[in-house]
Parts: sequence; C-alpha cells; structure tokens
Amino acid sequence: MMRFSLLTAVGLSILLGGCGGEPNTARYGANPGLPEQQRGLLPSMKIADPVGWGDMRPTVPQGYAITAIATGLKVPRQTLVLPNGDILVAEGKGGGDAPKLRPKDIIAGIIKAKGTTSVKGGDRLTLLRDADGDGVYEGRTVFAEGLNAPYGLALHDGSLYVANQDALVRLDYRNGQTRADGAPTTVTALPAAINHHWTKSLAVSPDGRLLYVGIGSNSNITERGMAAEVDRAMIWQVDAATGAHRPFATGVRNPTALAIQPGTQTLWAVANERDELGPDLVPDYLTSVRDGGFYGWPYSYWGKTIDPRVRPQKPALVATAIRPDYALGAHVAALGVAFSSSVMGGRFADGVFVGEHGSWNRDAPSGYKVVFVPFRDGRPAGQPVDFAVGFMGKDGKTRGRPVGVTLDPRGALVIADDLSNTVWRVTPNR
Amino acid sequence: MSISVGRTPTHPLHPVHAVLLGGCVPLFLGALLSDIAYARSYEVQWLNFASWLIAGALVFCGFALLWAVVEVLRRDRRGRRRLGYALMLLVTFVVGFVNALVHAKDAWATMPEGLILSALVAIFVLAATWLGFAGTRTAVTA
Repeated sequence: MMRFSLLTAVGLSILLGGCGGEPNTARYGANPGLPEQQRGLLPSMKIADPVGWGDMRPTVPQGYAITAIATGLKVPRQTLVLPNGDILVAEGKGGGDAPKLRPKDIIAGIIKAKGTTSVKGGDRLTLLRDADGDGVYEGRTVFAEGLNAPYGLALHDGSLYVANQDALVRLDYRNGQTRADGAPTTVTALPAAINHHWTKSLAVSPDGRLLYVGIGSNSNITERGMAAEVDRAMIWQVDAATGAHRPFATGVRNPTALAIQPGTQTLWAVANERDELGPDLVPDYLTSVRDGGFYGWPYSYWGKTIDPRVRPQKPALVATAIRPDYALGAHVAALGVAFSSSVMGGRFADGVFVGEHGSWNRDAPSGYKVVFVPFRDGRPAGQPVDFAVGFMGKDGKTRGRPVGVTLDPRGALVIADDLSNTVWRVTPNR
Repeated sequence: MSISVGRTPTHPLHPVHAVLLGGCVPLFLGALLSDIAYARSYEVQWLNFASWLIAGALVFCGFALLWAVVEVLRRDRRGRRRLGYALMLLVTFVVGFVNALVHAKDAWATMPEGLILSALVAIFVLAATWLGFAGTRTAVTA
C-alpha cells in the first residue's frame, strides 16, 4: 500500500511536472512559443543554392494552375494590378551603399549574395498586358524607368504612387496607358541614409488622402548605432497632397509589405524580425497596425520580451510594446501580403496570402513559399496553409524566392519571384 | 682569463619576425581599450574599432606564429629554445580568433565575453612577446 501510493505520487508529480513544464513549441499564430535565446560562435547560415526552373514549376493546391507570365525581368519585387487588368512590376535592387563597418559585414555579404540573383536591378516599372483575357500576357512595355530601386506600389484614381528607396513619387495614370507621360513628381523624400533595409513598402488609404510607407531598420539589432535608426523601423503616414508625414507606428523592424483590409480603414503589415537569436526566434509577423503603436524594435520582441543586445535599454518604452497579431514563423522573411477574396475560391476566399522569401539564419530553411493565412470575422484564425511551394526543392536547390503577392480581382494571385526573375500567376481552374 | 656569462646566447628574432610579433601587442591592446570604451559608453563605433583591431592583430599574430612554428620544426638552435614562445603564441592566436568570432555578434551580444577574451588575449600576447624577445639580450662575452 505504501509502495503503491509512493508510485502514484511519483507518477502524479511526473504528470503534473509534464503539464507545467511543457514548452510552447507553436511556431505560428497568435501565441507562438518563444524559446531561449541562443547564438553559437558562428551564426547558423544556410544560404539558398540557386538553379534554374527548367521544366519545373512551383506546386499549387489541387484545382489551381500556375504559369509564368513574364520571365527575364530585372529583379521583380512587388506588383500592382491596374483597373483594366494590366500588371505593373517594380524591378530593382537597393541598399548597395550600406557601408561595411566590420569584417563580418564583408564576409556575410559575400556569403548571402550567393543566394540571390546576379542580375542588376532594373530600376523601372514593367507593364504586362493580357488584352484578350486568355491568361497569356503577350503585351510587355517599360512603363517607367530611371527610378531608384522601386518597391511599394499603390494606385488611387489617376495617381500612381511608387516608393523608391529614397523617395515617394507620383506618376499620373490614365486607364489603358502603357507608358508614363513624364518624369515622376516627388511626394516626399524618404529616409535613405545607409539603407541596410532598403525596401519601402506602400499602401494608400481607401479615400486616397493618406499613404502609408514602411521603412525598415538600419541594422539587425542596433549594431550600426542608434543615430542610424532615426526615422527607421517605422511606418509613416504621408499626406498625399502635401507630402507631410508623421510616424504612424514605430518599433516595426522591417515592415516589408502593407495592405488595407478591404471594407475597412485598417492597415495591415507583414514585418521581418531580428536574427541571430536562434532558429525559432524571432517570429516574423502579420499584424493589424495600430495608430501610435510601438511594436518593440529594438528593445523587445513579440511584445515585451527584452532583447539583451540593445544598450541602453528602455524599460518604460518596452512596457508599452504591442504584441503583433499573428506569427508567421521565424526567419521566413515575409515580403508580400495581399488580402484574398471570393475570386480565389472556397478555401482561399477569406484571409491573406503572404510571400515568404526564405531564411538564411536557420539550419533547416524556412519560408521559400507562399502561404495563406485564413481569417474569420476579420482576424487571422488557424494555421497557415501552403499555397505555392517548391521554390526550394527537395533536392536542396532553390529555383525561386517569392516576394510580392497581389490579388487580381479577375481571379488570380500574382507572385513576384526575384531569384528566377519571373512573375507567376496562380488561377483557380474553372 | 675568460669571463663567461652563459645564460642566454644571442639568437635574436629575425627583424621581420620581430615586427610581426611586436605588431600584435598594440593591436590586441587597442582592441581591449576599445572594448572597455564600448562597455562604458554603449557607443558601437568602439566595437567596430575592436573588430578591426582584432582582425589586424590576427594577421600579424598568424604570420608570427607561422614563423615560430617553422623555426621549431626546423629544430635549429633558435627553434629549440622557442618552443614555449611558439606555444604561447598559438594560445594567443586561438583565443584571439575566438574573440574575433565573438566580436562578430551584434551590439551588446559581444559582452561580457568579448571584453573578457580581449583582456585574456592582451595578457597572452604580452607573455608571448616576452618569451619571444627574451632570447635576444646581448650576452656579455669577453
């Protein structure tokens, strides 16, 4: 009897201990596990090993088809579907002027460059046209050139906004136009010194009066000093008429894509979080963006978890840090976001598509695909679903890296791929 | 009559070897001082300085080590006496290299390990330099 109860007690305590100490290993969703920070003597590095697509294609769900509608582009990043169905592609590669401050910057730069295209950025917008609606984009013209690493694109009425790496500019747009009339007008200069994270993401408010510009940090975690971070790691709200700006949300390390939720005024963003804290830290995220919100960078992540690499610390500011809505997984490098609609078919009608460029700071690569985050009642609900995969093959070779994703209201998802310099189009079979 | 002061015969370092060895000291010392400055000020530029000073020190230290190892392997009169020096220099290089990797971490992630290693390396390089030059005193002969 004594022995029995002892065993029971031991068993119970193991059970209880198991319950209490069970680590949260969730990688996705509203409540991801945040493991211990770790960093060996060398950072984990697994760089994409690029090869051509050949006869291969990304894999899409059953009932969907994928085609390359444009190849041979000059580093396509983000796309915009115009009212007449034409597609504008922003092509460019920025950030080359960031000074190499340490031996590490030189070595890491050489290694990481192996995982990206060697093509020079086009600094232009290419227009793709499918005049007869057969899904073949037979028309291709250069809409605008001489831009400076254009990335974010937005259209409101007759104004086409382009976020260059150093300025937000406006071009006039008439329906059906295949070439811009003239040189762009500058709406406002954007923070461009160093440009460690050079991409400037862009969204326009439904009434067209306000523009939102995502500006990435100038470092991984302040290793270029805090002076370099003035006006960085934030989302600006810009008055479209005057160019006046104010910080709309701060502490967002690298807001790489922005979108307004259809039928609302709510701004959503995907953001890339910091590296070198381990394979499952820090989750990149999808979040609705609160006016005046502080999202942690550099002092904390996923709300109020302190990053000890930053000195001096700011506990008072960390106390105000907001937890993002939805973790996409660490190191996936989310670079594109697009709200879906019923044109994409049942399973993929309510939610957002996210383009994931893929990891470098992780032994087991993550990302390298387009996922769908299902929504319910206007909020993310449930696990992300693979939508386009096979960018990194089972052979370990990488054939493409997704960047921008855009919904074509005629019933397609447009995916920019900046490794194979291709624009893909995924359509539900009819 | 003969005076013999036989403690250390003269086998001075080759001048180039001496430059390589001597160069390590201010470079590693500079890295230590830069680390101290960063730890006190949180100004990351000091960390950049430390990274480059360590990298430079490793170049000098590496060539000096190579030279020392070759002398030991040749087992000539210099080499036999310089085994301790070569070992001390090896320790300096290895710990210095680890320190370079630690300094490749971002911002305060280098601390306190970077500062501790910089201090150790500074001591090691002084010891190696002492041993290296110790055999070069001009012996008194008559």
